[in-house]
Amino acid sequence: MIEAFFSAIPLMIMLTGVLTGISAALLGSFLILRGNAMLTDAISHSIVFGIIIVWLLTGQTSGPVQVLGAAITGVLTVVLSELLARSKLVKMDAAIGLVFPALFAAGVILISINARNVHLDVDSVLLGEIGFVWLNTVALLGVDVPVAVATLGAVLVVNLSFVLLLWKELKLATFDAGLAAALGFLPGVLHYAILTLTSVTAVAAFDAVGAILFIAFVVVPPATAYLLTRRLWLMVLLAVGFAVAAVISGYFLALHWNVSIGGMMASMTGVWFALALLFAPAQGLLAQALRARSERLDHDCRTLVAHLFTHQDTPAMAEENTLRALVDHLRWPAPRARAAVLRAHDRDLIERRDGLLSLRPKGKAEVEAIFGRSDT
Amino acid sequence: MSAIIALLSSDIVQTVLIGAALLGAISGMLGTFAVLRRQSLLGDALSHAALPGVCLGFLVAGGRDLGSVMLGAFVTGALAALIMMLIARRTTLKTDAALGIVLSVFFAVGIVLLTVIQTQGGSGSLGLMTFLFGQAAAILRSDLWIMGGVGLGALVLVLALWKEFKLVSFDADFARSQGFPVTLLEAVLTVMVALAIVVGLQLVGVILMVALLIAPAAAARQWTNSLGGMVLLSAAIGALSGAGGALVSATTRGLATGPVVVLIATVIVMISLLIAPGRGLVWQAAATRRARARISDGRVLATLQGFAQMHDDARYPSERGMLQVALGAKPPAATLASLESRGLIRSVTHPPETTPHWELTKAGHSEAATLSGTDHKKQSSE
Repeated sequence: MIEAFFSAIPLMIMLTGVLTGISAALLGSFLILRGNAMLTDAISHSIVFGIIIVWLLTGQTSGPVQVLGAAITGVLTVVLSELLARSKLVKMDAAIGLVFPALFAAGVILISINARNVHLDVDSVLLGEIGFVWLNTVALLGVDVPVAVATLGAVLVVNLSFVLLLWKELKLATFDAGLAAALGFLPGVLHYAILTLTSVTAVAAFDAVGAILFIAFVVVPPATAYLLTRRLWLMVLLAVGFAVAAVISGYFLALHWNVSIGGMMASMTGVWFALALLFAPAQGLLAQALRARSERLDHDCRTLVAHLFTHQDTPAMAEENTLRALVDHLRWPAPRARAAVLRAHDRDLIERRDGLLSLRPKGKAEVEAIFGRSDT
Repeated sequence: MSAIIALLSSDIVQTVLIGAALLGAISGMLGTFAVLRRQSLLGDALSHAALPGVCLGFLVAGGRDLGSVMLGAFVTGALAALIMMLIARRTTLKTDAALGIVLSVFFAVGIVLLTVIQTQGGSGSLGLMTFLFGQAAAILRSDLWIMGGVGLGALVLVLALWKEFKLVSFDADFARSQGFPVTLLEAVLTVMVALAIVVGLQLVGVILMVALLIAPAAAARQWTNSLGGMVLLSAAIGALSGAGGALVSATTRGLATGPVVVLIATVIVMISLLIAPGRGLVWQAAATRRARARISDGRVLATLQGFAQMHDDARYPSERGMLQVALGAKPPAATLASLESRGLIRSVTHPPETTPHWELTKAGHSEAATLSGTDHKKQSSE
């Protein structure tokens, strides 16, 4: 039963993706809230350098030494960038942009020089080979489990414990680093802990999705979740959900169109993001447009009732308190005037009496609120 | 030597060198504005976002046609820039998250399209992979005209809008208050980042393009304080890195051009950061050292002067231990030696003690008086 599960290739590919997605989304939620998304970019490029250096030193392309090497390279990238920026010779963004391409370029050159001896090649650096994760297995408790699944499973346990155990500290350090420091929570240590774990996760996910697609899993699902909620725990949960959904839908679409599995999974994170960007209930572009329209209508309503009030019971009333006057005197286009009258009618602010528009009690109250009840 | 001359007289090598130098110069020139406006990482995001455009251009043209590939890269790059700005302005997501989203999603779509092209097969699909890491050797003589045209266009744009770009790069708020169309100018500058990326792609590829944008500008910044000088120097460094990288990768089997160009540019940056006059780290360290020595000299002189005044003896001999008590730390032997060699203090023996003592010379007294001029007046007025 268990053996059948671990030898089912599609399941293993999806499991690898799901483990990657969850591990990345857990950390990514904090990274994007802290404004460190582009550090992930830098880290995931430069660990290529760490991987090849560790290989040159030890001959290993995976395992604990490799994880350690990647973690060191990842943190080194960030430290070097921060040192460079602190020297005031270049700005922080340029510092990041100088350090990681240099390390990445050095890594790629070392790979090409040693191409015949190492199974890493430039393609797998970029794309990963999630379709082949099942080729490389390890026996765990008598069951052959793909190495990637075992490593990523371990990484997930570490990341999950980190987030659960340090939840309060992470939350505080993310939203109020100053207070966290004052309370003695060492936000700097947490910062580097998150970045170290990101490097570790990146190297574990490397075989599966490659350097650049890893960034999609770190950044995009948490950003999608952030558009939907302001609660941290819900955001993390939603991020995990979007990552899993992207992995599974991406896998089937990739099979259907016969394209890169990792690429399709990462593309799907973008599809969820685009949907959230358009249709999120409060923050979505559509909701924003509707809100802006509704605010404009309310504003027109206020102008309308003010206009009616000014001319109420005056000789000009017959001429002014009509739809025509709104078009002629306020210079509103006819549809805008009609929409405002309808809206005011719906809100029970005005009524139509003897062919004229006049204020209802609620409309009078609104005018008084606008003019500040000067006449009572 | 003759081997190099033979190599340089080859038509293909000439094409590659001219092309690489041209591309490096254009990217260096346009990168200056990106770096000054802190848009370095925008360059990174847009260059990754150019990949789907490269693939689309390839699919539409049915082959590696430079014009359509560049157009495709430009279109998706510009689209990515628009989406980036939309996310950053209309949602509460931070700019770096917006950059990360655009970068990774566009690149993922590019990877998907890349596999579409690969499964279609054809002889040209191999050439497409060179857009990931750049391959100067793939530059054709006919491509030079396109590159030259784009370069000329960029140059004309920079020269025509020189004053505006300068103002927007250094003080956008002031520019806005003076009635300049800042948003439009910023859009033009962003488009130019995309343009720089498009021209540099052939040379260093989408992944390392950010370095060709930043490194020449960051290196040039260390040597000059004028925008004109920075643009020229950055273009020169870009051209040098491009041509150097092309030459190395053309003469070495299996080395993609991009990483070599990037490493050359990085070395130039490191040298500039270290030794550029005025700003360089070595320069700064020397200046700090000089300042520290001056302060330390002054403190020793002032202390000796204080002892002399206290004892009403202009030639009062002070022992090193006394200086330590007064200064809170033992004065370094080097400081004492340097002061002695400059004739400001003199080492004397003070029997019955055997340790060396120091007293101020006449020159030392006047130097101490100038250094502590204000202190002296304050003391006398008290």
